[in-house]
Amino acid sequence: MAGIQSFGAYVPRLRLQRAAVHAANKWFAPGLGRLAKGERSMVNWDEDVVTMAVEAARDCLADRSREDIATVMLASSSAPFADRQNSGILKEALNLSDHVATIDIGMSQKAGAGALLQACRSASSGTVLVTASESRRARPASEDELLNGDGAAAFVIGEGDGLARLVDSYSVSADFVDHFRPEGEEFDTGWEARWVRDEGYSKLAGNAISGLLKQSGVDASAISKLIVGIPGKGIAAGLAKRAGIAAEAVADDLGAVMGSAGTAHPLVMLAHSLETAKPGDLLLVLGFGQGADVLLFEATDAIGSVRPLLGASGWLERGRQEPNYMKYLSFAGHIQLELGKRAEFDQSPVLTALYRNRKTVLGLVGGRCTETGTIQFPKTDISVNQNNPAIGTQEDYPLAEVPARVMSYTSDSLTFTLDPPNYYGMIDFEGGGRMLTEFTDVDPGQVAVGAPMRMMFRVKSRDNRSGFVQYFWKAVPTVGSDKNG
Amino acid sequence: MASGIKDKVAILGMGCAKFGERWNDDADTLMVEAYTEALADAGIETSQIDAAWLSVGFDAMNIGPSGIPAAMALRLPNIAVTKVENYCASGTEAFRGAVYAVASGAADIALAVGVEKLKDTGYGGLPVRTRGTMFDMIGVVGSAPGNFAQLASAYRARHGVAPEDLKRAMAHVSVKSHANGAKNPKAHLRKPVDMDTVLNAPMIAEPLGLFDCCGVSDGAAVAIVTTPEIARSLGKTDLVTVKALQLSVSNGWELQGSGWDGSYFHTTRVAATKAYQEAGITDPGSQVSLLEVHDCFSVTELVTMEDLHISRVGEGWRDVLDGRFDADGSNPCQIDGGLKCFGHPIGASGIRMIYENYLQILGRAGDRQREDNPVFGLSHNLGGMPNQNVAAITIVGQEGA
Repeated sequence: MAGIQSFGAYVPRLRLQRAAVHAANKWFAPGLGRLAKGERSMVNWDEDVVTMAVEAARDCLADRSREDIATVMLASSSAPFADRQNSGILKEALNLSDHVATIDIGMSQKAGAGALLQACRSASSGTVLVTASESRRARPASEDELLNGDGAAAFVIGEGDGLARLVDSYSVSADFVDHFRPEGEEFDTGWEARWVRDEGYSKLAGNAISGLLKQSGVDASAISKLIVGIPGKGIAAGLAKRAGIAAEAVADDLGAVMGSAGTAHPLVMLAHSLETAKPGDLLLVLGFGQGADVLLFEATDAIGSVRPLLGASGWLERGRQEPNYMKYLSFAGHIQLELGKRAEFDQSPVLTALYRNRKTVLGLVGGRCTETGTIQFPKTDISVNQNNPAIGTQEDYPLAEVPARVMSYTSDSLTFTLDPPNYYGMIDFEGGGRMLTEFTDVDPGQVAVGAPMRMMFRVKSRDNRSGFVQYFWKAVPTVGSDKNG
Repeated sequence: MASGIKDKVAILGMGCAKFGERWNDDADTLMVEAYTEALADAGIETSQIDAAWLSVGFDAMNIGPSGIPAAMALRLPNIAVTKVENYCASGTEAFRGAVYAVASGAADIALAVGVEKLKDTGYGGLPVRTRGTMFDMIGVVGSAPGNFAQLASAYRARHGVAPEDLKRAMAHVSVKSHANGAKNPKAHLRKPVDMDTVLNAPMIAEPLGLFDCCGVSDGAAVAIVTTPEIARSLGKTDLVTVKALQLSVSNGWELQGSGWDGSYFHTTRVAATKAYQEAGITDPGSQVSLLEVHDCFSVTELVTMEDLHISRVGEGWRDVLDGRFDADGSNPCQIDGGLKCFGHPIGASGIRMIYENYLQILGRAGDRQREDNPVFGLSHNLGGMPNQNVAAITIVGQEGA
């Protein structure tokens, strides 16, 4: 049987204050007031589904070896590319072998749970890294704008029980269209909430849960966690009651602190629940959308032996309140601010060069001279060593996971960025190597010479003409590194 | 070391356009303005010029590629014209081409013309441009102030200078250059400013405020060079000769190696050492009469004083505050207003700096003339970013000095 070998999550740092959304929109949609409590996660301008998946995967992989990963899955209904494999970018960013299989899964809100299920089913032919990541778009002043959140989760699924073994699974599929979004459209079109609740959540999802319990012979009262990634108050509680699962088993849906990350949400909640699970706990995960996929995991004695880097809790704690609704609208592309002529800089991709240099650009792989030990970025044919510019001696030297410190910095108000001022500077990697890089997720006064930084995979630029997204690595203050300078 | 360039080439004539926002003039007009002055100064005809070098930094929105634009604007007699680009050191690079042509004997009289039409970009500051395919994928598309501002953070950390002390020293640099520029009829910015104005100006790239940044200007400058013998045969007596020309280009060590701390310009130090050796200068602090350095930003000038071995390392900011580089100080720097106030049309700047030293050494600098008989004038260009750049040094002086 397959089991979860490790797990992780990622929640972007910015937390849009729902009260700010309501304050801006109440002239038009006063009814939003009932949802105007708490906060939802929102991607920074340089984050998207791929960058969040990368961070969730890194959270999951922590210092675990990546060599045995045979398959990489990315589930999302909001991936940046409709035709360029998003999981392929993830694979490059994680500097995985070229010999892994990659697959994107999407087109439904149950894609995350479905991917997890498929990962478990295919683990017998190799370890699977399964990620789910979501940044759904919603019309300004819509309920979804308040209910949605951005986030990602990742699991390594392998043969053997691991931290939590898959006990059973159950699927129901039906073309129940509670909402839809045609190809090329930006926003969802929904149907009446009462119908969705009664015929969808209650019957379809409810039947899937009861079907699983019946099939596996597990008593509902034995369920320790019911993980339902459907936004809306009382949905999960209703499902628990209908199935006979204890009310206290209903997992925190994190709605108050991050909203719902769509297809990724059940997996984010699972990762969150695993942080505190005890041996023997039964965790029931439900993904909903044109039916339901239900997975039942049992935490093993190994639970607690492998921890994510920060975990959902750690990333949630890293949150920074964002009370500026206009900033959210701008980052989400709902409004076009005057960007100025500096934004006209040509950012069109050079695809040949990107392919040639994909390890450097997407994987942040530098070079190490096998003669002198000199570490440098990028890797070059001739070593930068002033005393021994050896030719052709460099081997790959991955830098993405290496801690770094600020060597010089500025906050630039002149250069174009969607989030001025633009922080950038030089950083030195622990053990050698340095680079000039942008900083992101930075607060004023937070950066100083010597401040510890961590690399994160981010959007470098978006080409206005083709829509191509360029990714690269940026330095972010290491969590807990806030210092004056 | 090679025998060097010292006294092998003399400046026959120089010219400089009025720098500024030349809304109604294109690059051709600016070149002609500088060239006409230089030609008259040299006392020659266009037909006597054997070869020419044109320097331009931003060609796309300027005059386009090749040497043709200079040949056409100046109606050069179908001679060799080479366009050069080496970031902000482009002007010095053109001068270097002309000087080397004369020194080699390949040309009797050679021309260097530098020009830049920056005010056609549609916005303030330098245009944003690609630095090549690879850089654009992994580099930072920052601004020039942002790149040089990092010098300040690293300098403060390296030497333990309080942010407010460094900011004050930087402000002094700008106040000084504004005072100097106010006396120069060809300068772009001609209004003195006080410390408070500089210190309280809007931030461009921390810690550089508006007045820490040089002027973005249109302009052109020209040098005509020949051998001392030909210069004398053409009736010139007090010759200003080239003492040293040194260029140092980053090989990636600063950014990719590990020995650099970000607080200084490695290339300037290399170029300065070689330039003094070439010119036979052993004590630059006392021997160099005039300094025109690449003050693209106030912090750059301050750090450059150390890199040129004029100030002791870590003491440049104190020397600035002590007034050592003021127009009446012991090592006057940017007596013409510098990039800060004369303006910084990229391709022209290197030649403009030599122009001021040339005038001062000949005693032709008008109201701003130093009365202490300047012997050596050093000019310095810096192109690129602190971590990846081109440093160029030109020393000119009285023949035989």
